[in-house]
Amino acid sequence: MLLKKSALLSVLVMVALLFVFSFSAMAQDEEVEIFSWWTGGGEEEGLNALIELFNEEYPDVEVINATVAGGAGSNAKAVLKTRMVGGNPPDSFQVHGGAELVDTYVETGLMEPITGLLEEWGVKDKFNQQILEMSSYEGEYYSIPVNVHRSNAMFYNKEVLAENDVEPPTDLASFKEALAKLDEAGVVPLALGDTNKWPAGQIFETLLVATLGPDGYNGLWDGSTAADDPAVREALVHFNDIMEYVNDDHSALTWQDATQLVHEGEAGFNIMGDWAEGYLKTLGWTPGEEFGWMPVPGTEGSFVVVTDTFGLPKGAPNPENAKKWLKTIASKEGQDTFNPIKGSIPARLDADESKYDAYLRDTMEDFANDTLTPSIVHGSAAPEGFITAMNDTINEFISTGDVDQAFEKFQQNHEEYVK
Amino acid sequence: MKRKHKESLTSLAILSPSIITLAVFVYGFISRSVQISMLDWDTFGSFMRKAKDYVGLKNYIGLLQESRFQTDLWNTLYFTLFFILGCLAIGILLSLILNNKPKGGYFFQNLYLFPMAISFVVTGTVWRWIFAPGRLPNDPRGINLLFEQLGLDALQWGWFTSTSSFMGFNVALVAVIIAAVWQYSGYTMAMWLAGLRGIDQQLIEAARIDGASKWQVFTKILFPIQKPITLSAIIVLAHVSLKAFALIYAMTGSGPNNVTDIPAVYMFEATFRSNRYSTGSAIAIVLLMMVGLLIIPYLVNSFKEE
Repeated sequence: MLLKKSALLSVLVMVALLFVFSFSAMAQDEEVEIFSWWTGGGEEEGLNALIELFNEEYPDVEVINATVAGGAGSNAKAVLKTRMVGGNPPDSFQVHGGAELVDTYVETGLMEPITGLLEEWGVKDKFNQQILEMSSYEGEYYSIPVNVHRSNAMFYNKEVLAENDVEPPTDLASFKEALAKLDEAGVVPLALGDTNKWPAGQIFETLLVATLGPDGYNGLWDGSTAADDPAVREALVHFNDIMEYVNDDHSALTWQDATQLVHEGEAGFNIMGDWAEGYLKTLGWTPGEEFGWMPVPGTEGSFVVVTDTFGLPKGAPNPENAKKWLKTIASKEGQDTFNPIKGSIPARLDADESKYDAYLRDTMEDFANDTLTPSIVHGSAAPEGFITAMNDTINEFISTGDVDQAFEKFQQNHEEYVK
Repeated sequence: MKRKHKESLTSLAILSPSIITLAVFVYGFISRSVQISMLDWDTFGSFMRKAKDYVGLKNYIGLLQESRFQTDLWNTLYFTLFFILGCLAIGILLSLILNNKPKGGYFFQNLYLFPMAISFVVTGTVWRWIFAPGRLPNDPRGINLLFEQLGLDALQWGWFTSTSSFMGFNVALVAVIIAAVWQYSGYTMAMWLAGLRGIDQQLIEAARIDGASKWQVFTKILFPIQKPITLSAIIVLAHVSLKAFALIYAMTGSGPNNVTDIPAVYMFEATFRSNRYSTGSAIAIVLLMMVGLLIIPYLVNSFKEE
């Protein structure tokens, strides 16, 4: 009997405690939910540092770090879409600047413009203007770019090139010669891991920039360049040539596997966005010592941009706190806290260079001077329908090698999905 | 009469929750999918506007003209065929061996059944490592490395990265079929074994005394008796093969030139990657019809028997 009573008592105490806890949780209504897919090495630490900085400034606002892992963001994007459509948006979310934001969420009226905030904080002219433009629609800005990656980057193993007496190429012709020379020497000339399709699409888009030029390439998305431009066909021909020199098992590898081939000295070159630089560093290399870099041959002067931005969805539960978050990431301090850890460069042009490594400093200089071109495969240039259609076209093209068929499909996709 | 009426009312009341949920979550959603598949919701914008712009069968016709979807249909056909044949052949063989109660039979019986308990995602990931070809001939990986060390270099090939095909059959599927058969032949074995243990031994002994060979016993006695079991196994395996999404997605993805793509993977990519909701729904409906093609004759048959 006594035992029963004490058991009953403890249950009651537990219930009472639960109530107390839930009320105290309700009392803390100062919170902000930040949605992203930053769960991997480097990016997670960067985000945590950013949250720490935010909490120093706003100690009474609790950050709910809502991340969805997997699929290089594709899982998170699917979750986000469901939440946005269901009227349950986070306070602010990670989204690639450009079409991924504008085409999906701005045109459909799900985002608040933030032009006023940029002006109020006096940061509008501190950013690279081309990158702000990417997230604008009908004269209003809709998101704040926190970082910039370059996706037309090429990395090479210095030792492999030196051993085979290969000079870093300067244009597409010398690039192909270098590839042929490495091929003869029995190393993998160009490492590729396209099991997820986009790494091959990424090579193709950089070749499009090379043959069309940055302005011609940008014209594909506003209608000033036609999809049947002969330079598009030319890019396909180059792509076909280059595919002769990739590793046979490319379709069984991920981009990390491919970058590792360069690290292990089995491959010479690797065309990949500059997150590969961060990966090479985690593998223990120092930029400039074991590996060199350059823009993909033929794309010097162009900067294919992948930018993560944060915006303000309509119906956000805590819009005021979301604005505080946006202010933090728009600040110089915020950008310089996040980017050196993540391994990307800031979207602001006034960053503290001493915090960045040799590769990133070099990239910051190009970023300030080059013409920016939005990436297709990373969602900035074209609607998502076009991206998968193009990746499918390239995926089939690698096997068939039929240039005319791929050219025709590119035009069909362009007509169907790009308005 | 009155009591009977009351009884049927009670049973209806008890059944109604499941009838209603079934109506909403299965048939309601199927009809919604049919509706979406006939709309022009192939961008996020049109999806959000919920525009009622019917395009009839345009999405279906577009799908059938796409090379990717055509490849998908061929892949499904061959995958289902070889998957079922493989599972039946190996499963029946194992059950016959185990039915003789060899030493350690109980252990092996469980061993062969174990793979079924593991999710496709796990086995897909592991088989991906096994069949990753590496760079031939100098740097083989996985099973190719094993072949090299056994001196069987001739057996090395690209496995799921191979893009060759033969009469519409993409040979890259062989790797996926092996993985799927490995996982599900234990199921056929278990079903057959249960059936075999129920067969009267005198029947077989009598046949043996009459001079029937082991093969004749199998084809003339065991197989006919086990026909309903085999048929159920085929039905279950066939619908597993249409749901092989997890295995393919974890193991190979859609592969180079879509050699290991199936409609379910395409449906996922169309809907959640490229915002082509109508195309995704159309693929879903095609998949449903394919399942129907398999299930309906079976249902008709079993109703007749009843």
